[in-house]
Amino acid sequence: MSKLYTFLKYFFITFWTVFVVAPFLWAVSTSFKDFQSVNSKVTYIPWLDFEPTLEGWRVLIKSPAKGGVDIVEPYFNSIFVTCTASLISIVLGTLAAYALSRFTFKAGFVRNNDITFFFISQRIMPPIVLSIPFFIFLSTIGLLDSLLGLVVVYIVLLMPIAVWIMVDFFNRVPKELDETALIDGCNPYQAFYKVVLPNSIPGLIVAGMFCIIFGWIDFFFAFILTFTEVQLLPVKVVALNSSITPWWSLSASALVSVAPLIIVAFIVERYLSKGNLSGALK
Amino acid sequence: MNLIGEKISYKPDEQFHLNDVSFNFKKGNLYTILGRTLSGKTTLLKTIAGLLNPDQGSISFEEKDFIKIPVWERNVAMVYQQFINYPHLNVYQNITFPLEQRKLSPEQIKKDVDEALKTVGLVGFENRKIQELSGGQQQRVALARSLAKKAKILLLDEPLVNLDYKLREQLREEFKRIFSEGLSQDTILIYSTTDPQEVMELNGEVIVLDEGKVLQKGPAKEIFENPSNLKVAEISNDPPMNVLKGSKNSKNLNFENISLEIPNHFKNLEDRDYNFGIRASEIKLDENGEEFEIELAEISGSETLLHLKRGNSKIIALIEEVMNFKIHEKVKINFNANKFYAFGEDEKLVSSPYGGTNG
Repeated sequence: MSKLYTFLKYFFITFWTVFVVAPFLWAVSTSFKDFQSVNSKVTYIPWLDFEPTLEGWRVLIKSPAKGGVDIVEPYFNSIFVTCTASLISIVLGTLAAYALSRFTFKAGFVRNNDITFFFISQRIMPPIVLSIPFFIFLSTIGLLDSLLGLVVVYIVLLMPIAVWIMVDFFNRVPKELDETALIDGCNPYQAFYKVVLPNSIPGLIVAGMFCIIFGWIDFFFAFILTFTEVQLLPVKVVALNSSITPWWSLSASALVSVAPLIIVAFIVERYLSKGNLSGALK
Repeated sequence: MNLIGEKISYKPDEQFHLNDVSFNFKKGNLYTILGRTLSGKTTLLKTIAGLLNPDQGSISFEEKDFIKIPVWERNVAMVYQQFINYPHLNVYQNITFPLEQRKLSPEQIKKDVDEALKTVGLVGFENRKIQELSGGQQQRVALARSLAKKAKILLLDEPLVNLDYKLREQLREEFKRIFSEGLSQDTILIYSTTDPQEVMELNGEVIVLDEGKVLQKGPAKEIFENPSNLKVAEISNDPPMNVLKGSKNSKNLNFENISLEIPNHFKNLEDRDYNFGIRASEIKLDENGEEFEIELAEISGSETLLHLKRGNSKIIALIEEVMNFKIHEKVKINFNANKFYAFGEDEKLVSSPYGGTNG
């Protein structure tokens, strides 16, 4: 029984790994092909099956005037928008979450849970519902087709995630920990940043990771709210697809756009397993 | 110069958490707050610490209005029943935290921390992480942090309740030593617990709290010998004092068709109905005694707790040896009549074997 279990376990892990990794390998392989090797017949192995070329990659950094597509600027635009929006969302979201977790709010019939739900409800709506209001809003304040406008919109999208994760996290940090900090001579602000925050690093990392992922992969708002001045990476990658699909540069750009998330995942994974709160309570 | 609370009430919802509580705590003394869970012990301690503001009443300390001083300026220390330490700091940093917060000199901090570590027996553990310590050690760290602060008011909220039996016994012994050595004459120590045995061992002034109300105040011995009413008798004994509804006439004490000779201290008692109280330890197995039915027999350590029934009365007897009984078996027991308490039908103490009466 246990042998069968071990066999099945490894079988499925292997199967799943192949399932996940295969498209990446395919993309890596394709990114080094040229028109001929993509369209004539199925080819797998460089040098044997086809002659590898760096053309697919070169196109990405060449300016359009020279027949390239230049994803460098959109790339840095995406990094800037994602990081700025994530950072602001995390800072504001953490403060909001701490307040929601520790203080009791009463405004008419509105209580803490209602406010938390209000934050989450921002993500319940299909994005298309928000697109027109956002469009009108940004054009009114003159931020359409600008990085700042995108940052504002992304904060709206990302902060609910940060609040949601952090409320849940703070609710699991014993209230007595803050109280002990107060008794030990911290004022409420010191208690927050000297005691609560250092013990919330795992939560902050999870929230930050989700913000970065959701910010980075957003196509819809980047597509609707930008035209020519500013472009984000996902839009640029999709725009590669014209009358002839350039599979080689499409693969290459897909790979470079996934790369930051993979790096983030590797860094974050270490911290996630490390941090826990077991010492605070029992 | 005392910590004085007057008519403190706290009612955050339907129920009173504190109901008209007054106290006068003197420096250099140990006070224990005895009460069952949810009796308002923690609320009272948190109110003194400043974590809660009472709806009514006043607290003053050293002639200052304590309620106007925020928690972080009150110079109190508190140990929780959960082992609360700062998980991101090691043992040493945990203890220095409040001292650094007060910006003491590094030499002073080192001296105070070393002293506190020595008192709680954690020398050599300075660089350990909190998560690596056992529950008892974590609670020692919390206590060391409180001692190192040299706070004028030290609050301990059921500090032993989450420890296992053996550690509890051990730490309780140490607490007695720590309280007598490690505290200055300036300190007011307030210790809350559900365990009557702890109260008796610590032997301080006791406040018995129930449903937010003070039932009785006095030295531990007085509470034990002369509980002012049935509730106190119940709370201040473990197992709770047995109550038998019965009556006294000119010849006998009668309850559940049992007649006992009138003990000396009941001689002057009026002939009428009473609630008789008797401690579990004053009931013995006796061949010539009265017959009771066993409902449950629990063995705890070297003792056996017998839950007995006769008629409408249920009592608990504490037998000081390990014995096996069958449920529904009949046993014969004898009451030590000299240790009977008499409570009136209003549940107030009328007569106690130690001579106390209520009024």
